[in-house]
Amino acid sequence: MIVRLVQRIAILLASLAVSSVLVFAFMAVLPGDPARVALGTSASDSAVAQLRQEFGLDRPLVAQYLSWVRGLVTFAPGNSYISHAPIGPQLADRLQVTLWLVGTGMVIACLLALPLGTLMAVRHRKPSGLVLSALSQVGVAIPAFLAGILLITVFAVGLGWLPANGWTPPDQDPVLFLKQLVMPALSLGIVQAAVVTRYVRSAVLDVLREDYLRTARAKGLRPTRALLRHGLRNAAVPVVTVLALQLATLLVGSVVIERVFVIPGLGSLLLDSVANRDLIVVQDVVMIIAMAVLLVNFLVDMVYLLIDPRLRGGGS
Amino acid sequence: MSVQEREATVASAVSADRKRRRPVTGSLLVGGLIVAAVIGMALLSFVWTPHDPTLVDPSVRLQEPSSDYWFGTDKFGRDVFSQILVGSRTTLFVGFVAVGVAALIGVPLGIVAGMAPRWCGELLMRGNDLLLAFPALLLAIMFAAVYGAGTLVAMVAIGIASIPHFARLIRGGTLQIMRTEYVIAARAAGRGPFAIAVRHVLPNVSGLVIVQASVGFAIAVLAEAALSFLGFGTPPPTPSWGRMLQESQELLSIAPRLAVFPGVAIAVAVLGFNLLGDGLRDRFDPKLEDRR
Amino acid sequence: MTPAPGTAPAAATQDDVLAVRNLDVTVGGRTLVEDVGFTIRAGERVGLIGESGSGKSLTALSVMGLLPEGLRASGSVRLAGVDHDLVGADEARMSRVRGKEIAMVFQEPMTALNPTMRVGRQIAEVLLIHRTRPDRASARAAAVELLAQVGLPDPGAAAQAYPHQFSGGQRQRVVLAIALANDPALLVCDEPTTALDVTVQARVLDLIVRGVQDRRSAMLFITHDLAVVATACERVMVMYGGRLVESGPVREVFTRPRHRYTQGLIGASDLTVVDDRGRLATIRGSVPPAGRFPAGCVFRNRCDHATEVCATRPEWIPTGPDSGYACFHPVPGSAAPGATTPTNQEAGRG
Repeated sequence: MIVRLVQRIAILLASLAVSSVLVFAFMAVLPGDPARVALGTSASDSAVAQLRQEFGLDRPLVAQYLSWVRGLVTFAPGNSYISHAPIGPQLADRLQVTLWLVGTGMVIACLLALPLGTLMAVRHRKPSGLVLSALSQVGVAIPAFLAGILLITVFAVGLGWLPANGWTPPDQDPVLFLKQLVMPALSLGIVQAAVVTRYVRSAVLDVLREDYLRTARAKGLRPTRALLRHGLRNAAVPVVTVLALQLATLLVGSVVIERVFVIPGLGSLLLDSVANRDLIVVQDVVMIIAMAVLLVNFLVDMVYLLIDPRLRGGGS
Repeated sequence: MSVQEREATVASAVSADRKRRRPVTGSLLVGGLIVAAVIGMALLSFVWTPHDPTLVDPSVRLQEPSSDYWFGTDKFGRDVFSQILVGSRTTLFVGFVAVGVAALIGVPLGIVAGMAPRWCGELLMRGNDLLLAFPALLLAIMFAAVYGAGTLVAMVAIGIASIPHFARLIRGGTLQIMRTEYVIAARAAGRGPFAIAVRHVLPNVSGLVIVQASVGFAIAVLAEAALSFLGFGTPPPTPSWGRMLQESQELLSIAPRLAVFPGVAIAVAVLGFNLLGDGLRDRFDPKLEDRR
Repeated sequence: MTPAPGTAPAAATQDDVLAVRNLDVTVGGRTLVEDVGFTIRAGERVGLIGESGSGKSLTALSVMGLLPEGLRASGSVRLAGVDHDLVGADEARMSRVRGKEIAMVFQEPMTALNPTMRVGRQIAEVLLIHRTRPDRASARAAAVELLAQVGLPDPGAAAQAYPHQFSGGQRQRVVLAIALANDPALLVCDEPTTALDVTVQARVLDLIVRGVQDRRSAMLFITHDLAVVATACERVMVMYGGRLVESGPVREVFTRPRHRYTQGLIGASDLTVVDDRGRLATIRGSVPPAGRFPAGCVFRNRCDHATEVCATRPEWIPTGPDSGYACFHPVPGSAAPGATTPTNQEAGRG
């Protein structure tokens, strides 16, 4: 158990290190001079040189890399090449907004997918199960931003129940916050739910065919209770896997959704920075998303150990 | 459990879903028909469109659907139906390049990782898994930031992001095939690894490649739509379903149909490729034969 | 179709724990088990033998009401002390019977236990479901006691372990402990030793027999292994092609089989009997796929004695209170065992 934990932490750290090198190399080595990019082709050589000096871009790449990583690790990632404002507070603000979106979207996806997927599996031969299956297949094919546009068309433009876009922090106006959160979170959540539902279905179908479920029924448990008591925990491993993989999709999906609903999250920051050629911010945001994905993968590994005693190895 | 084991669990869960012989291979049929229709549209658009899809004509702005403009016109007076027809080319082009890049790198990588010594294969897969931390859209935005927005850049990025899925699947298939008696026999007979890869492994994993290609196609279509929506995909004036959606957004209250047509086109195309992938998996998945 | 001849002759008496009548199992249009009938008396140990595909497992699962999805049972299965028929009973009623009045030991111990639940809890659960123990603590204590009864060393620690920490034989003991927990009136065993190493088979078999004897439970023991039946059972029923073809006391059936199929089965299991070319005796041909057996006598396409009359369905011919056979050309009964029938069946093969 301890060995496993140490091993996983080592893998996490190695992955973080390698991916940070990849991101840095990609952004710093390939495009040429970030100062030139930031200032545009019309800038004078002296202005470029000044910017290079200000941000230490004239130092060797290794030194630049180390100071970038130090900035990320100490939550003080320096200043923007364009606005010269510190990036840290902005990243924190934006990340918070995105986490609200992704978190709510994930909760919605789970609330829909877990019961529906189970139901689909239990009724896989009945018409209701087949209809749900077909619906999920359609849901998978709808891009999240299209779902967002449809929701806006119906609930904002058509019925006028909800604001079409915008964002208010929860501590400023909780009611408006919720109103503005509903549609973007639904757009992310419903589409995710369609994907996850299909995995839940096949995981539960697998479990339904397991011998131990028959044993449970032979003990005198009714089918539903047998599934709940003995099946769900065993079905959880593949489902948790998919949820983790989907979290990456959700994070990236929120980039698009933030654009649809004009929300100042991490995604908007990324897009704006790309538009402004503010490469250091792009680099930071990309790294944060990659870090989040790697961290979730690590956490999922830990969750497996909790779910499945077989993975803990040896004795108890 | 590592990412690869987890994906294996998922893969087995998914394949288990198909272990039951379903009476209808409806997904194959419907998926095949939809994909054929998209290809048909693209081919048709080379020889005929009702109007020039890029022709800006302010005199016919925002026309409702009519016998002349089947799906109406957009804010520049361009024919929506013609744009949808030509847009299918973009969709297919994107899918082919993205899947091509992913398969060309992912399949050899998977076979090598499956045939190499265990530690070497594990190392390759670890590196492969790192790519999973950079989802397609993120990678494409990074590429766009560096190289500028463009269809080819976007597609290459989507393709690279799809490599790990190919490599993972093909490695799994390769490992299975390496354990079969005919491969053991071939190795005992002194055949080199390259000959085994070409003569035994590749033909046997081709089914998996086709299945993953179909699914990858769907992913690429979705990603292209999202990228074009964000302005990092196909630049104007080349028609693209994703950009049509983006252009429609400011007119939602006046002409929601401008969002509906490209939206439905994207959803149906993705549905088609997904269904085709499902149907092909029913036919090709070697796990089907393993258990009853 | 001829009217119900396969039903065993013995009338249901007060003594019977299980009475199966006219049991059919069908899927789609195919009949997998046809017109099976038998009774089992309290405390009686009955073997049900046949090759794979003979319908013996389906018969057992019908009794449990655990047929796989899509298969349908009809007929009647009555259990003493249960006031409804087990065939067609709803899940609510069946769940009260299962695990309490009837329990089952399955073939595959490696997969029969929940991998994510401690073994002790899996045993305690069956006690708590049927409220045979008042609370968790006493159920847990009873689980440890049951683990000791099935011969697991250090039962206290075993109760805290997960299934993957046990060997196949040990897991089968756990499954047995679950099955015996509520002192069932009938224990159904479906090839419980087939998947085990030869060395542990005898030990597990012994535990099963001791377990039912201690509880005065009846047992329906399904196997294709004649030696196991000879060791564990008092009476044996032979199934082929979804029908009962012969039944009777083990000693009688094994020494003086009447049905030609039984005769062949016994001949094939005897490794001391070879023909003039030195080959082991086998039954000609192979078992047809389910639902593809010939009409009339299901064995006639593999039987050396089949004649035209075998195209009609053979009547059940009772030879005693619990014995009989369904064959037009039986092995002569009164005579000494036929030349092809080995004589050393009960001897030393436990």
